[in-house]
Amino acid sequence: MRRVYLDSNATTPLRPEVVAAMMPVFTEHFGNASSIHWFGQHAKSLIDDARQHLAKLINAETAEIVFLSGGTEADNLAIRGIAESQKSAGRHIITSQIEHHAVLHTCKDLEKQGYEITWLPVSHDGLVNPADVRKAIRKDTILISIMHANNEIGTIQPIDEIGKIAAEADVYFHSDGVQSTGKIPVNVKSLGIDLYSMSAHKIHGPKGVGALFVKKGTALKPTMTGGGHERNRRSGTENVAGIVGFGEAARRAREGLMQDMPRVGQLRDRLEAGLQSHIELIHVNGGNAPRLPNTSNIMVDYAEGEGLVISLDLKGVAVSTGSACSSGSLEPSHVLTAIGKTPDEAHGSLRFSLSTMTALEDIDYVIEVLPGIVDRLRELSPYYKKV
Amino acid sequence: MAYSEKLLDYFQNPRCVGEIPDADAVAEVSNPVCGDVMKLWVKVSDGRIQDAKFKAQGCSAAIATSSYATEMLVGMNVTEARLITKDQIAKALGGLPASKIHCSVLASDAIKQVLQGF
Ligand SMILES: Cc1ncc(COP(=O)(O)O)c(C=O)c1O
Ligand code: FES
Repeated sequence: MRRVYLDSNATTPLRPEVVAAMMPVFTEHFGNASSIHWFGQHAKSLIDDARQHLAKLINAETAEIVFLSGGTEADNLAIRGIAESQKSAGRHIITSQIEHHAVLHTCKDLEKQGYEITWLPVSHDGLVNPADVRKAIRKDTILISIMHANNEIGTIQPIDEIGKIAAEADVYFHSDGVQSTGKIPVNVKSLGIDLYSMSAHKIHGPKGVGALFVKKGTALKPTMTGGGHERNRRSGTENVAGIVGFGEAARRAREGLMQDMPRVGQLRDRLEAGLQSHIELIHVNGGNAPRLPNTSNIMVDYAEGEGLVISLDLKGVAVSTGSACSSGSLEPSHVLTAIGKTPDEAHGSLRFSLSTMTALEDIDYVIEVLPGIVDRLRELSPYYKKV
Repeated sequence: MAYSEKLLDYFQNPRCVGEIPDADAVAEVSNPVCGDVMKLWVKVSDGRIQDAKFKAQGCSAAIATSSYATEMLVGMNVTEARLITKDQIAKALGGLPASKIHCSVLASDAIKQVLQGF
């Protein structure tokens, strides 16, 4: 059976070049980067190279890149780090209703600890209104955390405008860039960002490694204390192989931004056009907003998402209903609810996420098999009437 | 796959799908947690279920359990049918993952409701 992987916002396979870069680190360049002997110093130089690739990808200084265990830790360090360091200045944080759980649950936790959180709504297209951000800023606001691109529907937030507003108000600005890094051009300098979260496994790097961009001079209390690694921002012996893999993945992603990503965008558009011409009553969630080129969230009337996912899986196609972490839960997606979908509508939504490894044949195969699946499920529905 | 072969079979090839235009009773139930729905039609005579058909808009577990339960009903007497539990349905289909247990409630609720008047 043909196997088609269209769940790249959950995770991606490693590029062979990434694996090749990592392999010698496990056996030969295994040193502890803090050791002063050759083994240690060699490991350190490998980390420095990787740091350069990351810095280049988002136009940061190398000293501003902090390696850590992934996107979740990056979000935690950014938010908790600022909350702790700024608590005497204030305890108010502004974020949105469509953040990833790594931001959402971290802010909820701070809420329990006595911080006040403003949860900004989004438009039906899935966008935060910068004017809402401006209005929400108070004297005691210490942090604005708005994601760059949404993992479920792919909408790209106007973070350049939000960055300006934050800078004018002299409030720290964090953006979760886990889904945007390597998929769209990012320039942390022109975007006015203080903290930017990244993760390797969304761009053909290994799982369990990520990075936080921390603008020079940012007061951040470490969440992980110990030997003072990563310029005292994140203690713990570096995951050298993972970091090297992340560096290589970032380098390849930067090279591919101009050629690979437009191709991915064309495939995504082909998928949406193909499905829309073969299946009636389907809608693209967030379709009117600027979106990541690789993401498509499609709402299918009179069919339920999990049934669609299982049916597609039985045909060899891997997609998801929303974010990977919540696919075991019954609650409708908080993102789709925030863009105004009823729980019923949210339950009929499918997320397709492509990568540079997606082939044209993969897309055409989905366009071939999905219409029959939708027809079958609709015939079972007590509400569907053929038009 | 978190589902058994048998459950997937009932999801892919559901038995007893359809409507009974001259049904003796119809019930429509929805799951308050996810909003999934099942509609169940029965024909009953002499305290026995002569025919049963269903339609459902829901997840794979909901469709499979609805189909299996509807199939069970055919030929059963009403008193017996009322005793069908969600666990019984789930177990017959090889069990359900913890987060999907509630899906079989749809079928057991529909049975109770459709047999109310008999
Ligand atoms: C937007 C976003 N933020 C954070 C994360 C968490 O990243 P990680 O899996 O590396 O912890 C993810 C993905 O899971 C994500 O999509
Ligand atoms: S998720 Fe709704 S019945 Fe299974």
